[in-house]
Parts: sequence; C-alpha cells; structure tokens
Amino acid sequence: MQNYSFDDTHIIDIPLEKAMTTENLQVFYGDNHAMHDASLEFPRYRIAALIGASGSGKSTYLRCLNRMNDRIATVKGKIMYRDTDINSKNINVYEVRKHISMVFQRPNPFAKSIRENITFALKRNGIKDKNELNKRVEESLKAAALWDEVKDELDKSALALSGGQAQRLCIARCVAMKPDILLLDEPASALDPISTAKIEETLQQLRKNYSIIIVTHNMQQASRIADYTAFFHMGHVLEYDETEKLFTNPEIKATEDYISGNFG
Amino acid sequence: MNSKTSNNIATGVIYVLVAAVIGILVFLLGYILWTGIPHISGHFLTSAAQSFRAGGGVRDQLFNSLYLLVLTLIISFPIALGSGIYLSEYAPNNWFTSLIRTAVEVLSSLPSVVVGLFGYLLFVIQFNMGFSILAGAIALTFFNLPLLTRSIEESLQDVSQLQREAGLSLGLSRWKTITGIVLPAAVPGILTGIILSAGRVFGEAAALIYTAGQSAPTVNYGDWNPADPASFLNPLRPAETLAVHIWKLNTEGVTPDAAAISSGASAVLIVVILLFNLLARMLGNWMYKKMTATR
Repeated sequence: MQNYSFDDTHIIDIPLEKAMTTENLQVFYGDNHAMHDASLEFPRYRIAALIGASGSGKSTYLRCLNRMNDRIATVKGKIMYRDTDINSKNINVYEVRKHISMVFQRPNPFAKSIRENITFALKRNGIKDKNELNKRVEESLKAAALWDEVKDELDKSALALSGGQAQRLCIARCVAMKPDILLLDEPASALDPISTAKIEETLQQLRKNYSIIIVTHNMQQASRIADYTAFFHMGHVLEYDETEKLFTNPEIKATEDYISGNFG
Repeated sequence: MNSKTSNNIATGVIYVLVAAVIGILVFLLGYILWTGIPHISGHFLTSAAQSFRAGGGVRDQLFNSLYLLVLTLIISFPIALGSGIYLSEYAPNNWFTSLIRTAVEVLSSLPSVVVGLFGYLLFVIQFNMGFSILAGAIALTFFNLPLLTRSIEESLQDVSQLQREAGLSLGLSRWKTITGIVLPAAVPGILTGIILSAGRVFGEAAALIYTAGQSAPTVNYGDWNPADPASFLNPLRPAETLAVHIWKLNTEGVTPDAAAISSGASAVLIVVILLFNLLARMLGNWMYKKMTATR
C-alpha cells in the first residue's frame, strides 16, 4: 500500500450548533495504538458519515462516543457532550448511553416479543404507564418505518423478523428511549439492497429530530445520506468536510485515491 | 481409495458406533423395565418397605428421593447461579479464575464415597445433624455444584455478545442486561444442566449411605410442619432414597422378595427420572416461551 502522510490533514470546523465533539481522542488496545488524535465536531440534526477501509479505526472511534469501548480499550482525550467531558472517570456511562444510543452492524434484537424489545429498557427506566408504553412502541416503530409491517404482530418473537426488519426494530428500540444522538455502526452492511434503502429512508426521516453519526463501508451510502463525511485511514482522520465537497473535490490525496478506488 | 469410498467407510463406522451406543441403552432400559415393571403396582408405590416380610413397597424411598432432589436444588442452584454468572459475565481471565475453574472441576471428580465419608464426619458427627436429608442434600450439593456451575456458565456464554452490547447501548446496567436479557435467553441450557444434575442426585447411593442414612422411618404425610420430627417435610430425619434402597436390598436384603423389590424399585427409579426429564423440559419450554415470546 502506498504510504500517505498522516500530518497532511484537512478537517473543517462545523459552523452549526454542535451535538458532540471529540478532542484529541486516542484509543489503545493494550500496546496497539488504534486511534490517533481524532478531533471532530458533529452538528445537531445532521448526518455525519465515517468512511474508510477495514481496520481504519472508524468503528473503534464510533464506539468511544457512548463508551462502548469501556473494558475493551483505553480511550484518552476528550469527548464533549453538552459541555461535559463524557470520557472522564466520574461519568455515569449508563446515563450517557440513554442520550447517545447505538445500533450495531448485525441486527441484535432481544429474544423477546417485538413489543418487549422496545418496552424492556423503557420499563427498566421507570416508565410503567401502559398507555405511555404503547404510545412509545407505536411512535418509535413508525419512526423506524416498521409499524405498518408489524403492527398486527407486536407480541410475536422479534427473532422471526427478517434481517432488515430486525435492524429497523433495533433502530426503533433506540429511538423509543428518546436519545439525542444515534450512533450507527455499518447498520446496513448485513442487509440486502431493498432493506438498505429502507434503512436509509428511515435515517433521512430521523435526521429531523436526531443527530446521527454513521459508520459505513459503502461510499454511495455516505454520499446519499450524509451531510458531513470523515475519511479515516490507519487510525488517523485525514479529511473531514461537507459530503459533497469531500466526494467531488477532496483536499487530501489519500481521500481522493480511496473514493476513486485507487487504494492499496 | 477415492473420496467417495472413504466417505462411505467413515459414515459406516459412525453408524456402527451410534448403533452400539443406542443398542446398549435400549438393552439396559429394556432389561430394567422388563424385569421391573411386573412388580410395580399401586400397592408397591403406596406402602412402606418391609424389613423381614415379603410384600414391602417403596413409598417412603420414592418420596425421599424426590424430596432430597428438591432440597439439593434449593441449596445448590442459587450458589451455582451466582458463581455461573460471575464466571461468565464478571470474571477476568487470570490465574485466579482459572484456579476457580480447576477447583470446580476437581470437585466434580471426587469419588462419591469420599464425599459421603466427609459429609458423615463433618455434618453427621461434627455438626450433630445425625443421619438426615439435610446432610445428604449438602453432600449431594458438592456433586451438583460443579455440573450446575459449568452448565450455567456455558449456557450464559452461548448467548451472543451482541445481546449484551444491545442491552448496554440502551443504557441498561450490566446487571439488568444479565438478568433481563442474557439469563432468559440461556434458560434452555440452564435447564439441561439441572436435568443432568438431577439424574446424578436420583442415582447417587454411596455418598448418601453415610449422610442421609439407610433407614426410612415412618412419617406422617399429613403433617406439613417441617419442624415436627414426624413430618414428611422434616429435613433432619434420616431418609433412605430409592437408589440406597436398591443397594441395600442387593447387599443385605433379607426379605424373601428382595430381588423382585429391587427390580421394581429400579424400574420406578428410571421411570421417575424420565418423567422428571419430561416435566422439566415442558416447564422450561413454557418458561422460555413466556419470557421470549417465541412460538
């Protein structure tokens, strides 16, 4: 592989209200320095995409944002959310994850009914009122564009759903918690094109009320849905810009090579 | 030799081996049931054992076996559940936890006579429990714990890591994730562990001879007060189980129909184990469906 300079970067500041920012975020797996000095700003009510080759550190970075790397890796640097560094020791990580929720690469519905997949975490957070629970189930399933497909079988097992439906249920499950920020780790990579299109449509709808950060392998997907895109390479963020600018007129050679397929 | 022939040979060998296993099983089951079932009657199941005369039953031994199982599970299941959850969910991978795992395995390979004598000296004599169901249940807990702990640990491990991440990413604490998501999904595996260990409890004799004793005193099945010495629920009374009864009949039985009662009791024991398996599976499936909404 061609060697690209890690000092040569182009990272813009976002001129909008910010949902969260990271400052000099570094990740270590034991001695392995997996993420170097990532400082990015994510705007509110926009979609930001993180792209890059396998092993570039984009998923590692994403998982830091709601502390899912706790107990797996050492994360240094600041993660600012509502003027608080949520990467500090005395932060209640469970509270953080209620505000910053994550959808994973492989759909992982609980072995429970569709309804309970959504209400389980709500009930554990003190929402007991039946009407409120039913309302949240309906709202969140509608938000995830799944309501029409499952409204008559809410008490059936979620394990019987197709991959695409299951993934939308996982999105609904997060949305029902009314978080601020949705983190999505390649949510469509295990799905067929039709399911993928539905997920993308769902994300476009959710963008009105949520700030979204999505990791994706698929550059077309990033260019279709994201307002801002960051390019990761070997544990470094090399470029972060408006999506259209990054894809049509990248500043960095590595980005240009990656999006034009001349990589490696 | 081409790959087709070698495949056929391998398949053939495997079929023969499986047939051997099934053959042994069918032969044993068939022999025990064939010789035992003719001796089983309503009278046999509902009357007390006789020491010298013919015509004794196994009522008390049958009840003792079941009661001992319940007591053993009451003692061992919570401990095994706790340590299984610890080993699977919380334990770091270091020398200490591998020491725990080794210790658990060593415990399961202790000869049952040794455990029985240990229970005799410690519980029966030292703690002054006398020959009692409780002493027997504690001794059997020693056998039960390793099996149960390992099977609970393994069934928790079998639940996908994705399920834990899903729970955590929704802001649930680790404990809520474990008890609300991982544990329900692990129910079938845990149940298998309970069934396996129950078989061990039903079949154990050597460890019980010295702890639960070899006598089945007449008890009052209408007395529901466990503190009353005559109550069938009293955990401090001696209690000969079916397996011990069979052993005794075959070593020092002096009743004229000892062989017949032994055959009958063996058949009862096997039928009870099969019934317990079936019931436990049904109950477990029902619970699993209830908790997971799968059909």
